[in-house]
Amino acid sequence: MTLSEAIEQYVPDGASIVMGTAMEALIPFAAGHEIIRQRKRDLTLIGPISDILFDQLIGAGCVEKVIAAWVGNVSGGSAYNLRRAVEEGMPRPLEMEDHTNFTIALGLHAGALGVPYLPARTALGSDIQRRNDHLRSITCPYTGDRLIAVRAIEPDVAIVHVQRADEAGNCHLWGNLGVTIDAVRASRRVIVTAEEIVPADVILSDPNRTLIPGFLVTAVVEQPWGAHPSPVVGYYNRDNDYFHEYHRETKTPEQFHRWLQRWVLGVKDRNHYLERLGRDRREALRPRRRAPSAPAEFGY
Amino acid sequence: MTGYTLRELMVVAAARQIEDGQVVFVGMRLPLLGFLLAKRTHAPQAIGLYENGIIREMPSAEMLYTMSDPPNIYRATSCADMLAVMGLLQQGRVDVGFIGGAEIDRFGNLNTTLVRADGRRAIRLPGSGGACDIASLAHRLIAIMAHEKRRFRERVSYITSPGYGEGGNWRSAVGLPRGGPSVVITDKAILEFDPVTKEAVLSSVHPGISVDDVLAHTGWPLRVSKDLDETPPPTEEELSIIRELDPRGFWTR
Repeated sequence: MTLSEAIEQYVPDGASIVMGTAMEALIPFAAGHEIIRQRKRDLTLIGPISDILFDQLIGAGCVEKVIAAWVGNVSGGSAYNLRRAVEEGMPRPLEMEDHTNFTIALGLHAGALGVPYLPARTALGSDIQRRNDHLRSITCPYTGDRLIAVRAIEPDVAIVHVQRADEAGNCHLWGNLGVTIDAVRASRRVIVTAEEIVPADVILSDPNRTLIPGFLVTAVVEQPWGAHPSPVVGYYNRDNDYFHEYHRETKTPEQFHRWLQRWVLGVKDRNHYLERLGRDRREALRPRRRAPSAPAEFGY
Repeated sequence: MTGYTLRELMVVAAARQIEDGQVVFVGMRLPLLGFLLAKRTHAPQAIGLYENGIIREMPSAEMLYTMSDPPNIYRATSCADMLAVMGLLQQGRVDVGFIGGAEIDRFGNLNTTLVRADGRRAIRLPGSGGACDIASLAHRLIAIMAHEKRRFRERVSYITSPGYGEGGNWRSAVGLPRGGPSVVITDKAILEFDPVTKEAVLSSVHPGISVDDVLAHTGWPLRVSKDLDETPPPTEEELSIIRELDPRGFWTR
């Protein structure tokens, strides 16, 4: 299945989608750009932070609501499309459900556990808690403590990028995991983009690294450089310049539309995007040293 | 090596808040540099936690732009998920946490969500990220921010990260288990908090900055400590480490 087919089949208008689950790394930019190209509408985006991916989807008019802890540009600070949407309703009004990183993680964990909420001690007394009806305060039945009940988050679709997967969607991923495992388990459908599709034997050799079992995966697509400009440890580093360029080149709606034309709407697929990025720029992001882990022995 | 920037002084002040062996919720930008500096000087056994799931004892070999950059993963102590580190924070195992802010008020409440200025349209900021969690759950909170009157307001327009609320015992009254802001490090001064009223108090001014200058850039009548200090300048060792960590001055110039 191609990425284009996966998005077409499994991301309907109005869907809620969790993305950016490994924080600043492994962000599924290729999938996000395909969503923009297919002009999906009325989406709800869910994530702890998203770096600039959510801002791009908001600016492209795909988004009705954001459920997140942070939306911006990790390198540049504010993201201009988010600001225009919230402050001016451009290109359309945007509903914000503000969370903290911890409450996003707990909401997805509750979804993954199949319980309606999980208690926590964070955010008490904050306006985040006061203004979010999914962070209600409760009294602990055992201790009498005041707690918040973080409502379960159950997205329609999780889109995650991983280092490698087999054809059945069994995934090896490593580095910081963020909320990836819970996001996959909490969601009704899962789309995986992988740097490499590898033989099943490779995945079976290290079951502790198989953090996403294939039977939970709806579609798996090989997509090298699928997370660029975010980093994928072992494959490429973060393209910091790209984030700064985005900050400089999206200050007005006109600038953003030029940016979107250049990098998303004006390219037909990810290969075309990578061509536009150029070989030199890609090579400069490749790891400069090898650092394989020691193999683990599974013999018996 | 004469002279230093105020940002370098802020990094040094942040580093000095970390004691050896402490567990630190690190954050990015200046606090990250402060953590690396502390590790290289007086706190070699400090342990860094990152909300993306990384635990690190060995400083990264390269400067980081984000906590999820591959150099922060390479030779980390542990790479797990967000709940693993947030759980440690909620249990009370984190000694010190660092955050920044767009606005702060006299009781140390911080706003990074929505700024309302009189007669102008509200400005939407990125939001909490993990800041609210760190402010809610760390034993000590260190805030680092620019000292400007529009940022130091009598009351913040939105409490993203709770400080001492309305002062006094507000934190325990709302159910927060511990903590609260301990120190605010700015580009002009260091503020601490009255142990009873929980109001911010000017405790130290940076070399070359006058008390009047600090007061003029604070949006409420800031109390001045009886034991007002001058912030000790960076040592040559501290400066040379900072410039080794940030050779192009990306964060500190």
